[in-house]
Amino acid sequence: MKPAPFDLLIADSLEEALACLHEHGEDARIIAGGQSLMAMLNMRLAHPSVLVDVTRLRDLSYIRCKGDWLEVGATTTQAELLAWPELATRAPLLAQALPYVGHFQTRNRGTVCGSLCHADPSSEIPLALATLGGEVVLKSRKGKRVLAAQDFQTGMLTTARRPDEMVVAARFRLQEDLARFGFREVARRHGDFAIVSIAAMKTAKTLCLGVGGVAERPTIQTFDAQSAEDLEAALNAFAWQLGGSDDIHASARYRREMVRRLGHTLLQEVSNAAAS
Amino acid sequence: MPLHPKNRPVAVELQLNGKPQRGAAAPNMLLSDFLRQELGATGTHVGCEHGICGACTVRLDGRAVRSCLCLAVQAEGRRVETIEGLAEADGSFGILQDAFHRHFALQCGFCTPGFLMSLADYLEGNPDPTEEELREALSGNICRCTGYAEIVKAALYAAARLRGDADSSRAK
Repeated sequence: MKPAPFDLLIADSLEEALACLHEHGEDARIIAGGQSLMAMLNMRLAHPSVLVDVTRLRDLSYIRCKGDWLEVGATTTQAELLAWPELATRAPLLAQALPYVGHFQTRNRGTVCGSLCHADPSSEIPLALATLGGEVVLKSRKGKRVLAAQDFQTGMLTTARRPDEMVVAARFRLQEDLARFGFREVARRHGDFAIVSIAAMKTAKTLCLGVGGVAERPTIQTFDAQSAEDLEAALNAFAWQLGGSDDIHASARYRREMVRRLGHTLLQEVSNAAAS
Repeated sequence: MPLHPKNRPVAVELQLNGKPQRGAAAPNMLLSDFLRQELGATGTHVGCEHGICGACTVRLDGRAVRSCLCLAVQAEGRRVETIEGLAEADGSFGILQDAFHRHFALQCGFCTPGFLMSLADYLEGNPDPTEEELREALSGNICRCTGYAEIVKAALYAAARLRGDADSSRAK
């Protein structure tokens, strides 16, 4: 299908884009890479009356390290982040998770921040942001807000972004010394929507799992050092807490079982790797 | 602030396979439709129109992208390469086309332009892929005829020829 008609602003500056959002509010949508939004427009699941194209805002295309943070600008594509030479050493979880984001053809246009804004419960980038305790930077004509990942993504395809705000950057926590990460995904085909995706992180302070594709948004659970029985019980409780639902791809029960099994494997992997 | 009103076509100029081309597109016109309907470049095929099948893949400034997930106006001033640009100057098959022909890597041919444009970009970035890497790279294109085995063979053969070592054992 084709998108329903809309007015279009090709923004030449951030100020112009924010002014348009200020004027049109909920009727306007930002489009960057459009790898989720274009599909929704074509299927007429989204029908904004004004579309604001920000792809010309090249000064928002950057990858920067600032203190403990890796900051990625609004128009930086997933392919650009994946090709960043320091990704594997400075953000190993992203290096593991990004190859699962769609296919290389969609990563060539899809942006990191766009994926966060779309807020699909099975998306890898929101899961990585939540697991790493990241932040999202929003701007409007009224000013700037910084929201923690868990405060930004509030539910299925839903964020705390206000209608006059644009996400201008995402901040992922940079690699700490001795931190270890693992990532696994179950999907019908590489690049498809994840049935379950799991990230594990072990740092000096914490051992945790992040799970996507089961609950309505990525969910993080910390695990204390504990006996094998306690760990199984904790994973089981976590799986039930996530719930999940039946759909054409898998049952809720299958999803919970993947959380128990893959979660266990990943926790062991990052714990053993950290000890060695 | 230049707000382009809906339903009013905007002039779009781009480089199509190295030649400047010009057409008009309403703000909601897809790049795939612009190529086919405005510029007459019907080699790019439109399958699912929501980014899943990969049939409409073209190169935008050299990178393989879905032309159904791109607005025509977003291609303004950019380089677009399509299947029409893959043949040699004398009209004979280019290396990728020849490889698909030689290895029976198509039946109905609907998906083929997308596979070829994906491979054209991918093999530039990774000229010597393993079969596993190629299968992953090709996972973004759907073919309902071949079962993919011949497509993978053709891709390995094309990669070897593009590297200039058509005699390598993997290419046979």
